[in-house]
Amino acid sequence: MLLIHCPCCDETLPEMEFAYAGEAHVARPADPSAVSDAEWEAFLFIRTNVKGPHFERWRHIHGCGRFFNAVRDTVSDRFLTTYPAGAPRPDLTTLMGDDA
Amino acid sequence: MSRFRVPGMGRVDHEAPVKFRFDGVHYAGLAGDTVASALLSHGVHLMGRSFKYHRPRGPVSAGSDEPNALIGTRRSRARAEPNTRATMQEIYSGLRTVSQNKYPSLKFDVGAVNDAAYMLFSAGFYYKTFMWPRSFWDRVYEPVIRAAAGLGVAPDREDPDHYAGRYLHTDVLVVGAGPAGLAAARAAAEAGQRVVLVDEQAEAGGSLLSEPSVRIGGKPAWDWLAAELAALERLGVRVLPRTTAIGYYHQNFVALCQRLTDHLADPDPALPRERMWRVRAGQVVLAQGALEKPLVFDGNDRPGVMLAGAAQTYLNRFGVRVGDRVAVVTVHDSAWFAAFDLADAGSKVAAIVDLRPEVSENLRDGAKARGITVLTGHTVTGTSGRLRVTSVRVNRLKDGGGLGAPRQIDCDALLMCGGWTPSLHLFSHTKGSLRWDADGRTFLPDRTLEDCRIAGAGRGLWGIADALADGAAMGAAAAQAQPGTVPAVENDRTGGGIAMAELPTDRNASRARAFVDYQNDVTAKDLRLAVKEGMRSIEHVKRYTTNGMATDQGKMSNINGLMIAADALGKAPPQVGLTTFRPPYTPTTFGVFAGYHRGGHFEVTRKTPIDGWAEAQGAVFEPVGHWRRARYFPRGREGMDAAVARECAAVRNGVGLFDASTLGKIEVAGPDAVEFMNRVYTNPWTKLQPGRCRYGLLLGDDGFIRDDGVIGRLADDRFHVTTTTGGAARVLNMMEDYLQTEWPDLDVWLTSTTEHWAVLALNGPMTRDVLAPLVGGLDISAGAFPHMSVAACTVAGVPARLFRVSFTGEVGFEINVPARHGLAVWETLMDAGADHGITPYGTETMHVLRAEKGYIIVGQDTDGTVTPHDAGLGWAIGKAKPDFIGKRGLERPDLVAPGRKQLVGLLTEDRSRLEEGAQIVLDPKQPKPMKMVGHVTSSYASAAVGRPIAMALVEGGHDRMGETVYVPMPDRVIAAKITDTQFHDPAGDRLKL
Ligand SMILES: [Zn+2]
Repeated sequence: MLLIHCPCCDETLPEMEFAYAGEAHVARPADPSAVSDAEWEAFLFIRTNVKGPHFERWRHIHGCGRFFNAVRDTVSDRFLTTYPAGAPRPDLTTLMGDDA
Repeated sequence: MSRFRVPGMGRVDHEAPVKFRFDGVHYAGLAGDTVASALLSHGVHLMGRSFKYHRPRGPVSAGSDEPNALIGTRRSRARAEPNTRATMQEIYSGLRTVSQNKYPSLKFDVGAVNDAAYMLFSAGFYYKTFMWPRSFWDRVYEPVIRAAAGLGVAPDREDPDHYAGRYLHTDVLVVGAGPAGLAAARAAAEAGQRVVLVDEQAEAGGSLLSEPSVRIGGKPAWDWLAAELAALERLGVRVLPRTTAIGYYHQNFVALCQRLTDHLADPDPALPRERMWRVRAGQVVLAQGALEKPLVFDGNDRPGVMLAGAAQTYLNRFGVRVGDRVAVVTVHDSAWFAAFDLADAGSKVAAIVDLRPEVSENLRDGAKARGITVLTGHTVTGTSGRLRVTSVRVNRLKDGGGLGAPRQIDCDALLMCGGWTPSLHLFSHTKGSLRWDADGRTFLPDRTLEDCRIAGAGRGLWGIADALADGAAMGAAAAQAQPGTVPAVENDRTGGGIAMAELPTDRNASRARAFVDYQNDVTAKDLRLAVKEGMRSIEHVKRYTTNGMATDQGKMSNINGLMIAADALGKAPPQVGLTTFRPPYTPTTFGVFAGYHRGGHFEVTRKTPIDGWAEAQGAVFEPVGHWRRARYFPRGREGMDAAVARECAAVRNGVGLFDASTLGKIEVAGPDAVEFMNRVYTNPWTKLQPGRCRYGLLLGDDGFIRDDGVIGRLADDRFHVTTTTGGAARVLNMMEDYLQTEWPDLDVWLTSTTEHWAVLALNGPMTRDVLAPLVGGLDISAGAFPHMSVAACTVAGVPARLFRVSFTGEVGFEINVPARHGLAVWETLMDAGADHGITPYGTETMHVLRAEKGYIIVGQDTDGTVTPHDAGLGWAIGKAKPDFIGKRGLERPDLVAPGRKQLVGLLTEDRSRLEEGAQIVLDPKQPKPMKMVGHVTSSYASAAVGRPIAMALVEGGHDRMGETVYVPMPDRVIAAKITDTQFHDPAGDRLKL
């Protein structure tokens, strides 16, 4: 069971309290009616599915209830960082150091 | 005294005989024995038959790595367990054990014919032999294989034991209580850490239990051990014997299975049988030691052939000689010491065969002093004996290659040692990388991301002094302390050796029965054949041969298998790589995984405030999500159909009462509540006046229906949203997601109120007669409070939110009262309606009534690929709104294409009732496979309509009104006419009464 740091509660808590919520930084277009079918398809369905550091969303569903973002290495399952929803994408080189 | 027991030796209690049975025969062992040691003390080696060839087998080890000696243990019909390792099961008075996989008896087994047919069962035989004809699989191959192969028999009664679970947080967890683990625990505890020390054996000590001649700190090993355990207790270390670390998970989360009663004659029934500890450790020290490898040669599986270290353990720990006349074959020094101990205890050591040309002087001297024949530079090429080894075939290894003439050496036990390999399993669970040690020809642990250290033999160190020193160093490091002094060790029998693939032979290698994996009956020949037939990856070789895939997870076979496969591939072992070790480390009961979560505790059962009343009335319940809901209320001996027909009639003609408390409820409040509702639901909300309700439809952004429900506007800035029973949590999560991450600018609060309101649904033409006298502060006449109204009032003196809504097509009210008043109001309504024949009804009647009206159930009549238009709900879309969830999705090319499956009604021509889920075709005479154009989603008998009714999703259904479609069933084809989905009162006049 993973331990996850909730940036809202500022506590590291067991995975059981959290729910995964898909890839992060996939913004819903401000005016969906203005986007093409291809753009809408990309928003709905196309995900990066990376091997390595993955930007993803979690919700502290059995805690504060907030959605937040995380960077998790899909190879090691290590969380590199968590940060509030809406905050900019953290810099991977800083996070991973030499491993980036 | 049993014949092979050595008086005064071992840690067993020679004054405490323990009687048990094996295959119906009574045996006496001693307190402290395992089943294996007790049987061996009587000279019984034959304990089972092998999985595939039914070859006679005896214990090859003395521990949890045992592949052969698997037995059934039994207290009662329900308390029985197959595949127990005789080397781990402690005996207790009255224990009953049986051998497995034999018919009719262990000593004469007809399944052993498989052994004669050996050539048929070689690598990949599952894939080759049973390819065709296909019909043979069900009728011939599978029943025969199941009867002939396999392990023990599972009990046929529910497990009466209970299993416990606990969480534990500790600074340092030490796995393995041998010298390295003991030293690590001591060092960490002395540095002030909270320490847990676990060991799978019945007592702590590890290799010290088999090496009593060592002296530590001036004391005999076992005195030192007792003093050390006392010191650990004083330091507050929690020592858990009979506790196996079965899995090592992320962030130092380690699962431990503790066995509490399997060794007790008469366990307290209050005790759990086993306990799962879920440990989160700051630091982990793995001190699991090393596993001895068998040697691979023809006949290496005959009862009496066992690991040299196991024989040493049986002698020193249990006081049991494994034979009178013992031969040894080895490539490692350690087997020599086992031979010396046996010779000193009175067994004749017939010969020590060592494949190495030279061994150290002290080994030669030790053998000479005991009169043991030494055959260095020799190999073993076979064994003889039917149910027990009687002799071993030995050849000299010629200098230039090739073998000398064979000679026969008589023996009743053959000890083998192929060297030692670190126990890498738990380390591998952490995804730790391994390093190939070319000198030791073994894999060693290398790097892991976990806060984990390996101490002692687990990282390739040999000998008790090194283990103690390394353990102390690792324990101190885990505690971030300086290592203390380590006690001096005398008489430490260290040594080294080499590693081999299969042993050389002068006989036809393709006929050799040289086993690598004893439990799955995989031979060296099988592995070479797999490579020859094209398997290149070790993972493919493993699956093709099943090497390492038995319940022992290849503890003995993985490294030998790798060596042979690498040799066959012409590659170095590290280039071939090791297969993956996965949890659990040893076979683990389902019971301990389930723990408390069984029966009624398997998952939560949510109950409404009316649940107890319904139960007292004899309601039949059904699960809906986690809820249990009253399905119908049978009277007398009524079946479901009769009860539902009676309940339906009561609602259509009089008045019925339904517990709708499970409806999901979400309070949406705040200055931007109406804007939020406009964006989330398809419908327009701006013009909905407070006090009015609307049917709301929720889509995903892909345009498909997710949920629905009636929504009341309580005030300009407040909505009472209802969701489907099963969808409540999902809808709230989706709303929170959009609110928090897409529209954080909206000032809205979302609150789940599902469990705060009991919802009592009164329906039927006489509803108002029952309700009106109980309502305070509100005129509920048709004119003052029309269909789709909501208001606050009191009902039976209790504050209520009263909705005039209907899911039946009759006049209906949903009375929301605080949950704690739900039952009282329900009972008041039942009393008040008695004169009107008020009838409680359940979910089945609710389903019939709504289907007669064509009201959909999301998840039954929709399946996640249905749009509002498909479901005939296009009217619920606020087309003028700039955006809502799913609006753009509805424009997707596939969603506007013709030929989509659409929801329609079906009436069968022969008035039979269709089966839900049945497939629909347009032409029943077309050749198979027929083109299926849809399926039946809902189907009920309907008294109101006078015939069975059904709803279905049918391709282009809306344009097929009046057409006939066909439902092929196993016995006939049913013709049905496509109709509108509103079967009853299509104009909705009855709602307006
Ligand atoms: Zn939180």
